[in-house]
Amino acid sequence: MSADSVVIRVRGLVNTFGSNTVHKDLDLDISRGEILGVVGGSGTGKSVLLRSIVGLLRPSSGEVEVFGKNLLTLSSQERALTERRFGVLFQQGALFSSLTVLENIALPLIEHARLNRAQATRLARVKLALAGLPANAGHLYPATLSGGMIKRAALARALALDPEILFLDEPTAGLDPIGAAAFDQLLLTLRDAFNLTVFMVTHDLDTLYASCDRVAVISQKKVLIADTLENVAANPDPWIQSYFHGPRGRAAATAATGNAA
Amino acid sequence: MSDALVLQSAPAVTSGDPLDTNPWPRLYLNGHWTLSEYQQLLKQTAAPTQTPRSLDASGLKSIDTAGATLLLDLLGAETLGALVESATGLSDERRALLQMVAQSMRDREQPAAPEHRWGDGLESLGVLTVSGWQQLMQFFAFTGLTITSLLTLLPRPWRWRWTALVAQMQQAGLNAVPIVALLNFLVGAVVAFLGATVLAQFGATIYTVDLVAYAFMRELGVLLAAILLAGRTASAFTAQIGSMKVNEELDALKVQGLSAIELLVIPRLLALVITLPILGFIAILSGIAGGAMVAVLSLDISLTQFIGIVQQVPLLHLWLGLAKAPVFAVLIALIGCLEGFKVGGSAQSVGERTTASVVQCIFVVILLDAVAALFYMEMDW
Repeated sequence: MSADSVVIRVRGLVNTFGSNTVHKDLDLDISRGEILGVVGGSGTGKSVLLRSIVGLLRPSSGEVEVFGKNLLTLSSQERALTERRFGVLFQQGALFSSLTVLENIALPLIEHARLNRAQATRLARVKLALAGLPANAGHLYPATLSGGMIKRAALARALALDPEILFLDEPTAGLDPIGAAAFDQLLLTLRDAFNLTVFMVTHDLDTLYASCDRVAVISQKKVLIADTLENVAANPDPWIQSYFHGPRGRAAATAATGNAA
Repeated sequence: MSDALVLQSAPAVTSGDPLDTNPWPRLYLNGHWTLSEYQQLLKQTAAPTQTPRSLDASGLKSIDTAGATLLLDLLGAETLGALVESATGLSDERRALLQMVAQSMRDREQPAAPEHRWGDGLESLGVLTVSGWQQLMQFFAFTGLTITSLLTLLPRPWRWRWTALVAQMQQAGLNAVPIVALLNFLVGAVVAFLGATVLAQFGATIYTVDLVAYAFMRELGVLLAAILLAGRTASAFTAQIGSMKVNEELDALKVQGLSAIELLVIPRLLALVITLPILGFIAILSGIAGGAMVAVLSLDISLTQFIGIVQQVPLLHLWLGLAKAPVFAVLIALIGCLEGFKVGGSAQSVGERTTASVVQCIFVVILLDAVAALFYMEMDW
């Protein structure tokens, strides 16, 4: 891993809430073009890590660099420029409920790329199609969408500005297996087409096997191991063993090798 | 950048090729096809006059979905898909991107945006009228539902929710005391000044005391308290119940076999029915106190004199004023809660319903107060 290919660098991250320490001396590197899956038990701070990296949360101490810059020390203008280079898909979608799906996707295009409404809507329609939503979903309001459609619409919005890094918080949770598999495929295609770097918090073992290049395990308040899936699965740590070699882990592994064969 | 998209017809040499392998006309794709160049590209490119048979992208420096979309608009999904298949000078990633865009937009009919027609205004007026009527019916239905729930609860004291009731009484009643008292004190002072200004011309300054006492006992005390409650508490009811609806908490109550009316509406309703008369009474006292302050400080009426005159006001007027309080309380609580139940799934809807609830409550309170004033007068009370 050469130094210049690292797009996200986390060093000595500490996050404490009251007396509860979530992260302690957490280190993590993410290099350009890889899909990193972040796993860990509930409450181990996966989403907190994501929020620390995108700058929504000020860490108690430690450094987070994205594209070699510390977001928290940048001026607001520079920060906005950097933030434009990544897209975030929140766990619940976080679509703006007073806008239609197309308006949700068109908003960053209008605000940042200075397109007019018609041009932005035109591009938004393509993003909608890329995310696998039917054309008539564009005029619906988020409140009327199903869980899976919300995920896809939120992905379309995250992709609106053709970001270099995509942050996904449990993207396949709440999707049916067919939809989840299509999402995995979509992610791989997008990565290949855009040389996208993906930081993905997930619980979905199938997604890990299908699309992740590396897997980072958060446990005991730090990144226990970040490596290829085979190496991680071979780690003797008891939590990792029960995660990857429990009944669900075995099923996903069998499915993945079955597909490969 | 003006050569971003160039269509070249067949050079003379290759014109002898068999038709199916003839690569001409050939489309040349050059430069940066990205979002930042999108405006420029839009101006500089036009759809090719002939359908190209091959694509050369060796001059292409960068492309993203915005550029791909523009290309798609210029060429059409079918043509683009076919061209990309055999394109030269296109890296695998870019080929994948273009193919994905072409693929996803193929056979995709865009739904037409709704047209604007003459008569739309008339239609929306009709929709407004019908929905107004439906809202009224909904209010009556909700009132009936609440009354039946109240009646079924009445003989079952073990199902009375004392904690919720007391909590609501504190929030809607006790916490509102300072603002209600202050507001009425100020209005009382204003009324006294007004009375003094007008009555001094007739040498009847002393009647300012009567004016303040009558005004606050019969009308202003309870009216001002109710209006404050409409702004302060009805909005809170709507927002609380509305957010619960957005979070599917109301659905969770329902599937657990619990009644939202019993749990949420009745404690709020009873709390207001109990507290609004008390708040009204406090409002009357503060209003009169405000009047007393003005009388003592600037009208040369002593406090004993003031109290003496107030004591001569028949008690009937106090009861007439306070009698309106429970009615106002019921209306405010019911409208506030009902608007909460009407919230749709979005944050915007919570805001809309909260506004509607406050406006309706204030309107209903003032309307009813006017009707009551008319009624009292006709009855010679």
